[in-house]
Amino acid sequence: MNQAGYRVGFSAAEAGLVSCASCGLLSRPARRALAGHCPRCGSALAFRKRNSVQYTWALVIAAAICYIPANALPVLTTTTLGSTESDTIIGGVVFLYTSGSWPLALIVLVASVIIPLGKLVALAYLLITVRRGSVANLHERARIYYLVEFVGRWSMLDVFVDAFIVALVQLEPLMSVEPGLGVVFFMVVVVLTMLAAQAFDPRLIWDAARRSEPRRG
Amino acid sequence: METVACPHCDLLQRIPPLAPGHKARCAQCAETLAVGRRDPLGRALALTMAAALAFVIANTAPLMGLSAAGRETSTTILGGARQMWLQGSEVTAAIVAFCAVIAPAGHVLFLLVVLVAVRRPPAPRWVGDLLRSAHLMHPWSMTEVMMLGILVALVKIAQLATVLPGIGMYAAGAFIFLLSAVTVSFDPRDVWKRVEWADPKAAPALPGREGREVVPAR
Repeated sequence: MNQAGYRVGFSAAEAGLVSCASCGLLSRPARRALAGHCPRCGSALAFRKRNSVQYTWALVIAAAICYIPANALPVLTTTTLGSTESDTIIGGVVFLYTSGSWPLALIVLVASVIIPLGKLVALAYLLITVRRGSVANLHERARIYYLVEFVGRWSMLDVFVDAFIVALVQLEPLMSVEPGLGVVFFMVVVVLTMLAAQAFDPRLIWDAARRSEPRRG
Repeated sequence: METVACPHCDLLQRIPPLAPGHKARCAQCAETLAVGRRDPLGRALALTMAAALAFVIANTAPLMGLSAAGRETSTTILGGARQMWLQGSEVTAAIVAFCAVIAPAGHVLFLLVVLVAVRRPPAPRWVGDLLRSAHLMHPWSMTEVMMLGILVALVKIAQLATVLPGIGMYAAGAFIFLLSAVTVSFDPRDVWKRVEWADPKAAPALPGREGREVVPAR
């Protein structure tokens, strides 16, 4: 038993085995330092994703920086008979709410505000606990990672909303809609957080617990 | 029995032969490791063919029509991206086109070729490369996100114009259902078992031998 009060099973890496990230085949590299290539599918092998923590931090920080202009800059600019109006992401949510469709307002709020922010916080939390070698909440952290990976794509929702509004509402000279710079930043946030989730290696969560308990040969 | 390491937590474990409809979950982190399927590749091929057909219709037929103040416009998925490009948002247009058209197309097309090619094992090595490309495309294929996006866009502009759903919309809906059915019915391990090994000397000589998935030291 370790401090987590939970016994963590033997990993392939502890047994000197490496599983191929692409085809799942287990193989035993001749030397630990050089995992080589998978004998079945030929892709490069690694016991853990290389520099996973550093890559993930870099992507998370870049995404957090882009998150500010993504929310501050307008995503849509509407021109109606001489008057011009700009909408940010939050403005779009408020518009949906006031125009009576609160379920859709809630969906957009979750997809464009809560999911991106939640992803950044969750990834930072996972990175910090992994770096500190935490052995607490292993299952909860594994589930958090699963959620981050699974729901991340839904934050692209607002980009599609804006793209189709722009494509459809071209009724010149009555009315026209133009995409704003906020969309580009928002899209960059979504892409960077998706890449960050892919760069993180969830096996690191369990490795800390394995290190903290005594192992026989 | 097949020895595997869980991709999420690296726990070393054996997967017993699974009856159709049964699932093997990781003993530690509950990640699904394998699913037992009756005729896994044949069913996946049929569903992928149907999905490919639905995809072609979804992208060629008009998605929706819009009429306001006596004017009518209609758009396809690519038409939406093109309009975005013309409005000066080239980056957004490119990403929308990639996530809504190119990634799903690549995913389905690669899967289709893989599933046809493995019907006569051993399949050549490029089949494995193609399967890898299909998996690479999968997270970026966002047809269902796009459909929800269209729904929200329609509500937002409902006050301005009358919107009529087109054939493309129904086809896109069918595509989403078929593609998720493919993902559920398809186990990539069945494909890998039928692909030629990159290193033929390391390939298992005696099928069915205990622990044959573990390759001896090279």
